[in-house]
Amino acid sequence: MGIDVTRSILIILICGICTYLERALPFVVFHGREVPAAVRYLGKVLPMAIMATLVIYCIKDISFTAPGTCLPYLIGIAVTALVHLWKRNNLLSIALGTAVYMVMVQLIFV
Amino acid sequence: MKLKKSFLYALRHSLPIFAGFIPLGLAYGVLMQNAGYNALWTGATCIFLLAGSLQFLMISFFTSSVSLITVAVMALLVNSRHIFYGISFIEKFRSFGPWKYYLIYTLSDENYSLHCSAKIEEDMDEKWTFIFTATFILLYWTIPSVLGSLIGSLIPFDMTGVDFALTALFVTILLDQMKGAASRIPAAIAVVSSAICLLIFGPGNFILPSLIITVAALTVLRRYIVPEKEDT
Repeated sequence: MGIDVTRSILIILICGICTYLERALPFVVFHGREVPAAVRYLGKVLPMAIMATLVIYCIKDISFTAPGTCLPYLIGIAVTALVHLWKRNNLLSIALGTAVYMVMVQLIFV
Repeated sequence: MKLKKSFLYALRHSLPIFAGFIPLGLAYGVLMQNAGYNALWTGATCIFLLAGSLQFLMISFFTSSVSLITVAVMALLVNSRHIFYGISFIEKFRSFGPWKYYLIYTLSDENYSLHCSAKIEEDMDEKWTFIFTATFILLYWTIPSVLGSLIGSLIPFDMTGVDFALTALFVTILLDQMKGAASRIPAAIAVVSSAICLLIFGPGNFILPSLIITVAALTVLRRYIVPEKEDT
């Protein structure tokens, strides 16, 4: 299959530059000056909010009317959370939660 | 010694992401190969972008005739959440000298999560812990992708569902943050805002409006939210 090399490289460059600009934006905006207290406050409270948003982002495609799509996610997350609240060991919580999820999607809700 | 401790910490801390990236990377490599792009292209795009969802979308750009303007708009929209990541690291990265450019360029969801949850101890070097973490993530993403491109169709076992490791990682980090924080209001705001935006805008478009509303609500409610425990 032939590919258009010039167009492909242009697409990669555009995607790369757009991504870098977004990742760099806060650093550019506050370059060389004092970070305002309101922004410093956001920097402290945003990680928790963004992590909660990312969890929702991961399960955004589930449908509550189709148990096959939502139960593996909800049970997997519940197992991860319970193991984590119990032992506070990231690797253990992630491994058990993922194992339970894999068993469900491969064997139970196929 | 400090470097060794930082290296080992970064390795242990980032390992769950490797589990999640193996199936994602393999899938990306296979799709690139099927679209006519060999392992060289796959490896180069991984190193240059480190942006999972955008890289999958990029395959559809390659194989269609969308305009380059559309490509730019889509690229900006897909990763718009990244605009908010740097806010927590403006002052920290500033103190890292030229390495800040590397850390900004690698500031993906996964690196952001790990940087936020890093517990830097006395005998570790903070800057190098961040650099090692970012480099591990770059390798974890690039190596399975290149392998997928080379031998993807030969993989004999069923890995369906391993990518749940990324969801699980975000869950554990969220729980750790909620334990360490004086206020859990930020997480509550984010969940409510995400749920409402998900209903209004749908799964493909909810994250940017949701984060904008979250930032607005956090700003309005500032006096009710104490970011750190009183004794710190």
